[in-house]
Amino acid sequence: MNFKRKKFEEKLIKRIFFLFAFLSVITTFGIIFILIFETISFFKEVSIIRFFTEREWTPLFAIKKFGIWPLLSGTFLTSFIALLIAFPMGIFISILISEYLHPKLKGIIKPLLEILAGIPTVVYGYFALLYVTPLLKKIIPQISGFNSLSPGIVLGIMIIPTIASMSEDAFSLVPMSLREASYALGASKLETSLKVILPAASSGVISSVILGFSRAIGETMIVTIAAGQRPILTLNPLVPIETITAYIVQVSLGDTPAGSLEYRTIFAVGMVLFVITLIFNILSHNLRMKFIKSFRI
Amino acid sequence: MNDLKKLILQKKFNEKIFILISILFLSFALLTLILLLTDIFIDGFPVLSLKFLLSYPSRKPEEAGILSPLVGSLYVMAVMIIFIVPVGIGAAIYLEEFAPKNFLTNLIEINIANLAGVPSIIYGLLGLEIFVRFFKLGRSILAGSLTLSLLVLPIVIMATRESIRLVPSSIREASLALGATKWQTIKNQVLPLAMPGILTGIILAVSRAIGETAPLITIGALTYIAFLPSTPLSPFTVLPIQIFNWVSRPQKAFHHNAAGAIIVLLFLTFMLNLTSIILRNYYRKKYKL
Repeated sequence: MNFKRKKFEEKLIKRIFFLFAFLSVITTFGIIFILIFETISFFKEVSIIRFFTEREWTPLFAIKKFGIWPLLSGTFLTSFIALLIAFPMGIFISILISEYLHPKLKGIIKPLLEILAGIPTVVYGYFALLYVTPLLKKIIPQISGFNSLSPGIVLGIMIIPTIASMSEDAFSLVPMSLREASYALGASKLETSLKVILPAASSGVISSVILGFSRAIGETMIVTIAAGQRPILTLNPLVPIETITAYIVQVSLGDTPAGSLEYRTIFAVGMVLFVITLIFNILSHNLRMKFIKSFRI
Repeated sequence: MNDLKKLILQKKFNEKIFILISILFLSFALLTLILLLTDIFIDGFPVLSLKFLLSYPSRKPEEAGILSPLVGSLYVMAVMIIFIVPVGIGAAIYLEEFAPKNFLTNLIEINIANLAGVPSIIYGLLGLEIFVRFFKLGRSILAGSLTLSLLVLPIVIMATRESIRLVPSSIREASLALGATKWQTIKNQVLPLAMPGILTGIILAVSRAIGETAPLITIGALTYIAFLPSTPLSPFTVLPIQIFNWVSRPQKAFHHNAAGAIIVLLFLTFMLNLTSIILRNYYRKKYKL
């Protein structure tokens, strides 16, 4: 009798835990379903051609224009500036940590870098708007109070740990025999790092850079606070712009009635953001898997 | 012979330049961290007082405090923990101990990895449609907690799986050999041993969630509240949203309030991280893992 009850309990717990694990699948489908559903009802009112051909984004004005390009250019401009900062720094730092630093020092430096990734983004927003922008103004007087340069730089600093730590992991996977072979041929440590280990780990390193870029694209608070809310199609880093994420925040803070066209715009641009980051994440994941496989023999 | 010497010297020089640049980059990153902390400390420290902690936000910066956002943050975190602990641990146990190797398990695993890369503001859109509109929870603490729960669940699940995997299989086998059922083995042997890793994961999840701003703005958390939430269905605001609100205003005095609130937020975040380290050490000694 007791045995039967135990078996029943066992089965019940297994079922419940399965449901908990399955919640992740439901979440994903929930996100996809909602984005598609709202985007379709958006495109019933605004043609998809206008969305991709108009050059202005003014859904909140009297004369409504629905061109996604200004938001896309703003998003990519800030993320690209971030990448310009984080790409060289992240890779140099990762080589320094993995090939040159004493293991004890490595144990101190790595967690210190991780603190950068753990700071709430609203704090970075404060720093970008009230510290970095005034600093830049001293160097470039014509820069606006809101611009994409300052949040771009701060975004870059935020994603350095992502790139540095993932690249460092990639370097550590490169077999010791490759290093030894290189040294045996008379190469210096630097030559080994740059000409043997970096190429060998290249897909792992690129995967870390893509993931960092994807983080920058999806980041919200830094760009909302410091980049402005003016969707202009420009590549000038000194003027205010608006990113996809900042636009979603702008609408959420207003009193747009649920179900209106303005309300649906945030799902349409959210869909674009989701698809872009998903592509980059899958790309990053595949590269990493390819890299791990290449050394697992 | 001279040429070889030159070559070696050149190589050594390159090496030094490379190390110098790397250290420069590393110091740039760490210096930014120090700069950020000191800047905020200088701006925010003067406003910190018991009155600042115990007053409601106000239109007058000198009278404004962070009582409602602070209580809101703690409330949202508490409700979130109630969800993520059973669900996160349960999901991890299923995947590590029960799951058969099949298509469905594979799908779940890929999903969890993918969810970790979805921008947090997208979770805000999900929470807005599902919890605020479909389940009609309104712009409430419950809606906010559930949204954040979905956001941080992958962290809890991955940390729990990791630490369950570290429990030696000899312990499971010993328990099963004594006639315990699988669930008894997990409950009495595996989970206690995996506890430090699990707790670390939960605390990390909370410290991530407590700084999240965008998803809560998206589901419509208010930016100005001068009362305390009474039930999980009350409207609410949280510290990051209050900070965002103050940063966005032109007056300098509000910026100092923002810096004060940031010090409190960073203090909470660092305390959480410290707790996770202490807990892990404590359990490590206790179970001698």
